Amino acid sequence: MRDISALAAGILIVGASFGAIATAQGVPWWQSTAMSVLVFAGASQFATLGIMTTGGGLLAGVAAGLILNMRHIPYGMAVGGLYWTSLRSKILGTHLLIDQTTAFALAAGEDRRRAKAAYWTVGITLFVVWNLGTVIGAVAGRFIADPEALGLDAALPAILLALVLPGLKDRSTLSAGLLGTTIALVTSLFLPVGLPVLLALLGLVVMWRGTRPKEATS
Amino acid sequence: MTMLAAIIALAVGTFLIRLSGPLLRNRITLSERVETLLRAGATVVLLALTVTSTFLVEGAFAGWALPAGVLVGGVLAWKRMPLAIVVVAAAATTALLRLAGVA
Repeated sequence: MRDISALAAGILIVGASFGAIATAQGVPWWQSTAMSVLVFAGASQFATLGIMTTGGGLLAGVAAGLILNMRHIPYGMAVGGLYWTSLRSKILGTHLLIDQTTAFALAAGEDRRRAKAAYWTVGITLFVVWNLGTVIGAVAGRFIADPEALGLDAALPAILLALVLPGLKDRSTLSAGLLGTTIALVTSLFLPVGLPVLLALLGLVVMWRGTRPKEATS
Repeated sequence: MTMLAAIIALAVGTFLIRLSGPLLRNRITLSERVETLLRAGATVVLLALTVTSTFLVEGAFAGWALPAGVLVGGVLAWKRMPLAIVVVAAAATTALLRLAGVA
C-alpha cells in the first residue's frame, strides 16, 4: 500500500508536467485532459505531443505513440485473465492495462485474488491521479509567461530519458538504440520531424541477428 | 484540429492494442524473440525521440542549455532519483544556463 501511494505521488507530478508542457506548446487544457483520459499511456502521450507540436504530421505523431504502446500486447497476454469476466470489467480492465498495473499484478504471483485486487487498486488510483495531475498542470501552465526561460522544454526529453534508461541495461537493446538514434539524427537533417524517430526502428536489425538461434551467420 | 484527430486516433489505436493481448492469448503465443523485439522497439523509439528533441529544434541545433539540462536529468535518473526530482533538476539547469546567457 505504501508502494502505491509513492507511485501515485510520482504519477501526479508527471501528469502535471504533461499538462504544463502541453499548455506551453499551445494545446488547450481540455485537449491535454482528453488525451490523458482517453489514452492513459504516459510515454506515448509525451511522444505524440512532442512530435505534433514540433511540426511533425498527424501520421508520424500517432505512429510513434502506437509503436510505444505495442508493449501492451504481451502485458495483456500476461494479466488479461484477471479482468476477462463481465463485459464492463473487460472494457475497464483493458483501459487500465499499463506498465504499473501489469507489474503490480505480476508481483502478486500465483495468488489470483491478490493479483486481481492489486490490478484494480493500482489501475483506478493511477487513472485518477494521472488525470488530476494533467488538469492541474495544464491550468497552472497558463500562468507561465515564458516556458523557455523556466527550462520547461528540457522537462520532456528528461522524462523520456528517465523512462528509457532501464530498457537500455540490456546490451543488444542499447546497441539497437544507438544505431537507431544515429539514423534518426542524420535523417533529421533532411526529413520532416517525426519520420526520423520511426526510422530509428531500423536499429533493431542489430538484434534481429543477435536473437537468432545459433546458426551459421555470415 | 489535427491535435484532436491525433488524440482520437491514438486513443482508439491504443485501446485496440490493449484489447489484442487477451484476445490473442489463447490463439497464439508470441515467441520470446518477438516479445523481446516489441520491448526493444519501444526503447529504441524513445531513445531516438529523446536525443533528437534534445539536440534539434525545428531541424537546427538547439543550443547548449537544453542538452545540458537533459544530461543533468539523465544522470539523476541513472542514480535512481524520483522522476519529480529529475524533471525539476533538468528544467532548473536549462533555465539557469539561459539566465547566465548560454543559448
